[in-house]
Amino acid sequence: MTSEQYPKMYLYRRIVQAKLFIDSHYASAIDVNNIADEAYFSKFHFIRLFRKIYGKTPHQYLTVVRIEQSMQLLKSDIPVSEVCYAVGFESFSSFSGLFKRIVGITPSAYAAQQQKIKIEIAESPLTFVPGCFAEKHGWMKK
Amino acid sequence: MITKMSHVCVYVINQDRAYEFYTNKLGFKVKTDAPMGKDARWLTVCPPEQPELEITLFPITAGEMFTKETANTMAELVKKGTFGCGVFTCNDIFATYEELKAKGVEFTKPPKKEFYGTEAIFKDDSGNWFSLAQLG
Repeated sequence: MTSEQYPKMYLYRRIVQAKLFIDSHYASAIDVNNIADEAYFSKFHFIRLFRKIYGKTPHQYLTVVRIEQSMQLLKSDIPVSEVCYAVGFESFSSFSGLFKRIVGITPSAYAAQQQKIKIEIAESPLTFVPGCFAEKHGWMKK
Repeated sequence: MITKMSHVCVYVINQDRAYEFYTNKLGFKVKTDAPMGKDARWLTVCPPEQPELEITLFPITAGEMFTKETANTMAELVKKGTFGCGVFTCNDIFATYEELKAKGVEFTKPPKKEFYGTEAIFKDDSGNWFSLAQLG
């Protein structure tokens, strides 16, 4: 690979490291300063590069990761209030408000919706499988 | 008139390992995970921004669908990297390449500028290969 084909790869590596740092530390009290330190950048240079690559500021990306992780936890039986703190939010009202803005429904409504899907899968799993595949697998006979 | 593709199959050697690869390494979302009796599972995933396309992670096992001989042949072919299963696109191929490499994904071709965009090739945990492209 020539340098013409590869842009400044060391910059990419450092920004990707910061993104992976968010992916693995979202549940802790991290902020843009910690994340910029991880990438060895000044705060403003870091925010600009991160946004250029991922289309979001590090803070916006952290929020999305936390909300997505909360969606996973809400599929289990963990209470909504516990989920909020488990993914790194410090206030239930900000969690609930951001969740509704990003997902479109409240965390409680999402949890209820997921419980309903779980019950439907347990009771009639074939509803979720295209008939031709179920037939070929012999699942229709069982 | 055909309008869309809703499901596509990727044949995998081990469904649990494929689940781990496609969700934790590629970052795909689980769309359906439904047990079908004690030995089978209907498992589909989708790229984060394409929830309408379900990629079915289909285990190659002998049974109603495949004879033992067919399953063995298919498994050998998949492991050898015979099958190219599709093209995934991304907004920034260099960042995506660095991230996937950091997560242990094996690339057989690093990003290279082609006339249609920039393309890399990676393998899943079974041996299926995919193109990763940033078009334009």
